[in-house]
Amino acid sequence: MNTTARRLLALGFAAPLFALAGCGGDGDSTDAAADTASEPITVTASDDACEVAVSEAAAGTIAFDVTNQGTKVTEFYLYAEGDRIMGEAENIGPGLTREFFVEVKEAGTYETACKPGMVGDGIRSAFTVTGSAAGAASTDEKLAEATASYSRYVASQTDALVDRTQEFVDLVKAGDVEGAKSLFPIARTYWERIEPVAEIFGDLDPMIDGREEVIEEGLEFTGYHRLERDLWVDGLQPDSSAIADKLMTDVNEVVRLAGETELNPLQLANGAKALLDEVAVGKITGEEDRYSHTDLWDFRANVDGSQAAIASLRPVLEERDPDLVALLDERFEELDVLLEAHRVGDGFALYTDLSADEIAELARAVDAVSEPVSQVAGAVAAQA
Amino acid sequence: MTALSRRRLLGMAGAGAALVGAGAAGGVAVDRAAASPGGSTAPTTAAGLDAAVEFYGAHQAGIVTPAQDRMFFVALDVRTDDRAELVDLLQRWTRAAARMSAGLEAEIGGAVGGVPEAPPKDTGEALGLPASALTVTIGFGGTLFDDRFGLGTLRPAQLADLPRFPADELDAARSGGDIGIQACANDPQVAVHAVRNLIRMGFGTVSVRWSQLGFGRTSSTTRAQDTPRNLFGFKDGTNNVKAEEDGELAAHVWVQPDDGPEWMLDGSYLVARRIRMHIEPWDRTSLAEQDAIMGRAKGSGAPLGAVDEFEQVDLDALDDAGAPLIPVDAHIRFANPETHGGAKMLRRGYNFTDGTDGLGHLDAGLFFICFVRDAHTQFVPVQRLLSSRDPMMEYVEHTGSALFACPPGVSAGGYWGQALFEA
Repeated sequence: MNTTARRLLALGFAAPLFALAGCGGDGDSTDAAADTASEPITVTASDDACEVAVSEAAAGTIAFDVTNQGTKVTEFYLYAEGDRIMGEAENIGPGLTREFFVEVKEAGTYETACKPGMVGDGIRSAFTVTGSAAGAASTDEKLAEATASYSRYVASQTDALVDRTQEFVDLVKAGDVEGAKSLFPIARTYWERIEPVAEIFGDLDPMIDGREEVIEEGLEFTGYHRLERDLWVDGLQPDSSAIADKLMTDVNEVVRLAGETELNPLQLANGAKALLDEVAVGKITGEEDRYSHTDLWDFRANVDGSQAAIASLRPVLEERDPDLVALLDERFEELDVLLEAHRVGDGFALYTDLSADEIAELARAVDAVSEPVSQVAGAVAAQA
Repeated sequence: MTALSRRRLLGMAGAGAALVGAGAAGGVAVDRAAASPGGSTAPTTAAGLDAAVEFYGAHQAGIVTPAQDRMFFVALDVRTDDRAELVDLLQRWTRAAARMSAGLEAEIGGAVGGVPEAPPKDTGEALGLPASALTVTIGFGGTLFDDRFGLGTLRPAQLADLPRFPADELDAARSGGDIGIQACANDPQVAVHAVRNLIRMGFGTVSVRWSQLGFGRTSSTTRAQDTPRNLFGFKDGTNNVKAEEDGELAAHVWVQPDDGPEWMLDGSYLVARRIRMHIEPWDRTSLAEQDAIMGRAKGSGAPLGAVDEFEQVDLDALDDAGAPLIPVDAHIRFANPETHGGAKMLRRGYNFTDGTDGLGHLDAGLFFICFVRDAHTQFVPVQRLLSSRDPMMEYVEHTGSALFACPPGVSAGGYWGQALFEA
């Protein structure tokens, strides 16, 4: 299945359909934007509140200053309709302040959200953007914005992936089995959200996320799942620390490569499909996390990642096929309700605690959303 | 474009084969590759194994249609409670079923004619194959008439749940369903293709509850067809209602004006029973005992004491010693219409094998299908008697059961169940 995803994405690379050369700067606009941004808007986040000092701003570059006064790690998002991420700050630890910039070109109603504990829909408030930085966006601009918006998503996820994996690796090396176990599904969340990006770099994927039985002959079993087996089944081994170090090295390398890569809109669409395929063949069967049974964390992350890629394409899809957008919203919502029903605290029920009926119900909901998601690439590609 | 030209070539081969099958009289198969999308020029009679069967008509195809050799059956649960979404699916299904019955791909654009970046609209495994007498027949289960779609008052009395029969070993995962779809064809690939594409169109609106592949027909529905054999090696359904018997069809198969409800007029009720046959012990049974259990001769299919298969069964015939020629507990005695006040059914079942039972045996048997005006008067009494008295029950086990109301046929532009949803 990983091979398929990789091939799909590679196909998009070999024959890019979109002339996006002129828009390459959008993905890393943050630094440049800092010069032109107005006074930052203060956001005070806690475990049960998300106070945004000002709920309105003019179109253009908007700066936010997010301080986490709670006890849980939090995230802050600015969403456009359909939860399209305009900007986000991930992994803000207790007591920390994070400044970031969001480029918003069009006036309209947006939403801010803090996610203490990094779970659920978060604590939301309406946010209005006035005026307009430019005229109505053309299709090409919308496609370029899709790419840029998804790049922002990938960047935020990879930052958190590095941080949380480093913490996980440190715990393994310190011999803190319980600590490492509780962080394992959380660190993997950031990986699973952007896995199609990582899979482009074919050699790294099996080293980071390969399962025991799919490792090719001659390759060593390394990465998250090797440490999962050590933590849950075998106990820490003499080489566990070395495996942990290698995982960190590999993750850093994949993140470096991902930072140099910008997916085109077709790759976004295929990536969204590939993530659901991952769920359908790996997570729903309990194969992925067979030692820890934390498959629902990965399930949630794959769905998040799929939805984020689709959300980036939303303005284009609204133009091309509004019915498809409505269907996608409906089906993602249904899946969301089912999945959230299995939430336990900030995490999820273990796969082994699910009944056969519950698993079948989830599988049917994944099928239901996968069908319209598979139509997105065609809708995006069907240029007038 | 290599794929396309290969498709054309295969298509021509298919059409040629159809002509051979049909003889000089014609009956040209409309081929998936050669036919123009959208246009249906299917002949109305199934002249050969490859030919197309007319989809449209007063009754659904696949009931009195000469029984094809293969079947794929699927039961689906409806996931939505949005009536409009269900109607939309029935409309899209009807169009696709009509197209596929004519030997066309499920949707315009098909397997290779669409946008390359999008998944193909047809799954493609029937490219180049002729129509193969495909029929697609739909039925609605009793559960569809719960409170989800406001159909409660339209539920036919005849769709009441079947009773539990003695010795039933029903598996819920092989029973029931909101919707049943029977696809029959002379090529199993064509039948599976049809069902697979309908399932795919329905993801999110319906989901598969169970499915059954049947590899060989066990019934003849016309006089021209030989009576085939079931996995016990016996001819099955010799006294079946036949397509040529208009009066019999009206009496036993098609819903009549006084039967109600109105939307079922010209429809029929489909009973499906998955009957696991314990073929291993059966095969260790002597020929004489097999004949006695059945009440017919294995070779000729004739009632015991008679010569010809179609000879009238004489349940009162005695041998020289004054004993009944047909044993008092023979299968045909319990199954005979005479025993049930003349109740008959149109049988249309298929043999199946589904792997093993894990104990070194084949999981094989008969996927029994019959079409009747009212299952509760025509099927239930027979099954009740068989399940309690028939010595054959020692060798069979009913593992799945379903009852579906098959609405009348569709005219061009209409859709399956239109009279129900627009009642």
